[in-house]
Amino acid sequence: MKLETFSYLPQMSDADIKKQIEYIVKNGWYPGIEYTETPGPENAYWTFWKLPFFNAETPEEVLEEIQECQRNNPNAYIKLTGYDNKRQCQVFSFVVYKPQAAA
Amino acid sequence: MPNSNPTRGKGDKALFEAGVKEYSAQGRYYYDPDYTPNPTDVLAAFRITPQEGVPWEEAAAAVAAESSSGTWTTVWSDHLTDQARYAGRTYKIEPIPGQENQFMAYIAYPLDLFEEGSMPNLMSSIVGNVFGFKAIRALRLEDLHIPPVLLKTFQGPPHGIVVERDLLNKYGRPLLGATMKPKLGLSAKNYGRVVYEALRGGLDFTKDDENITSQPFMRWYDRARFVMEAVHKAEAETGERKGHYLNVTAGDMEEMYRRAEDAKALGSRIIMVDYLTVGFTAFASLSKWCRRNGILLHAHRAMHAVIDRQKNHGIHWRVLAKWARIVGADHVHNGTIVGKLEGDRVSTLAVADLLREDFVLANKEWGIFFDQPWVSMAATMPVASGGIHVWHIPELVALFGDDVVLQFGGGTLGHPWGNAPGATANRVALEAAVKARNEGRDLLREGAQILKEAARFSPALQKAMETWKEIKFDYDTVDSLDR
Repeated sequence: MKLETFSYLPQMSDADIKKQIEYIVKNGWYPGIEYTETPGPENAYWTFWKLPFFNAETPEEVLEEIQECQRNNPNAYIKLTGYDNKRQCQVFSFVVYKPQAAA
Repeated sequence: MPNSNPTRGKGDKALFEAGVKEYSAQGRYYYDPDYTPNPTDVLAAFRITPQEGVPWEEAAAAVAAESSSGTWTTVWSDHLTDQARYAGRTYKIEPIPGQENQFMAYIAYPLDLFEEGSMPNLMSSIVGNVFGFKAIRALRLEDLHIPPVLLKTFQGPPHGIVVERDLLNKYGRPLLGATMKPKLGLSAKNYGRVVYEALRGGLDFTKDDENITSQPFMRWYDRARFVMEAVHKAEAETGERKGHYLNVTAGDMEEMYRRAEDAKALGSRIIMVDYLTVGFTAFASLSKWCRRNGILLHAHRAMHAVIDRQKNHGIHWRVLAKWARIVGADHVHNGTIVGKLEGDRVSTLAVADLLREDFVLANKEWGIFFDQPWVSMAATMPVASGGIHVWHIPELVALFGDDVVLQFGGGTLGHPWGNAPGATANRVALEAAVKARNEGRDLLREGAQILKEAARFSPALQKAMETWKEIKFDYDTVDSLDR
């Protein structure tokens, strides 16, 4: 199964993921985390992990949230998103972790 | 003078004097260098090549007159109307660098000349009879400003870029498509196979060609069934939303609606129309259908080169593109810059701005003659299509950003291992370029290196890079900006 942006690239390292979080924050967007155990074309609303991180300043703090989400949901796919409140829409998204069985 | 100065409210009594008068004569309004355009005026920039011996002012006034209220001779019933209210006015003329027999005329048209929400009416005025007018040898509409009061009477794109991304659940990267080939002659089942292979390999979209409708070798309703089976199967396998642009272009509006309804019933997310050959009324009706029904509309520009290719006559592509957004396309084909088709670099990027931005400032260096506020009209996704392949991807991403559909026809289906590896190669190259850009790398300088790094883990990309490495496209564009 492929899951949209960056799903045709090898699994990113934490260092790579941090660079993408940095890109979100640098653009003035808000990072967010979502997870689900049942991804697929009909599943657009994954479960929120907390609220979007409106005050995030460093990639480390967002990566820690992603890891905490994974610890709590070991069988879930976990997605990093970005919201742009100027364009008033979601502008960024990719699956950062897949469950061990799928990876 | 009997016919002079019938300005509103002054109460001058004018006497009718039969005969032919110069368009630029005082009191006829058509040439008025002192006029300051009103914010509600439609503004046009025309490149005029007058007949020999015709003064610029007269040629420009003639164009203003013939595209608004004027006729070649005076008529008595002119005096029953308020000429000042309906006259198009040439308010500025200027020379064009390097073109001695041409000049640019700026004409302001009063709002009352136009019906609300009717592109044919606007076109019949501004690019109607005037293009065959004898006093000019050639005429080209370079740009057209639509004032917000008029713009707001048009629907615009059925959904726009923001909603399209939400409907497709795709964020943060350009979309990938391909036109199915061969254009003509595949059976419906075989055509569905070509679609399936390309989509399962990693494309977001596949596309009917502009001249595929419902020919004897493949009827529309047969194609639609096999194609949608392919789309649904590829979606189930990949977990991603996919689309095939079913071309609903037909010989009459009733059949267009029937095909659109059929596509919707089969679960298609998007349909396609040849927006210039079906005409703007049909295009507008279909666009409104698409908004009501939650279906995206892809507009192909077949026939545009008949209208926009000659530098001194016709309508510039930027105007046809604006009309596509105003009347209502979610996608419209634009140049690729790097590919084999025509299209000057900055001019193509300027059109991408006109399609996507909410306010575009005048910039003559870019060929944009007027400010264009879009007053929250949804944005149209430009489609870069024709003669492009994996090696072009880093440059395309750098130039167009995320909100573009990159369509590789031959660049997908021409892969030596087939469609699915061809699609995968493009998808890997695209994602590698986007990832690198987000990391702060310079795609224009490091593009080749980024692709080579990605090819190490993708044999399909490696093969594509070997196949197309040597291909270069360096033709001069026929149309270019004046420098």
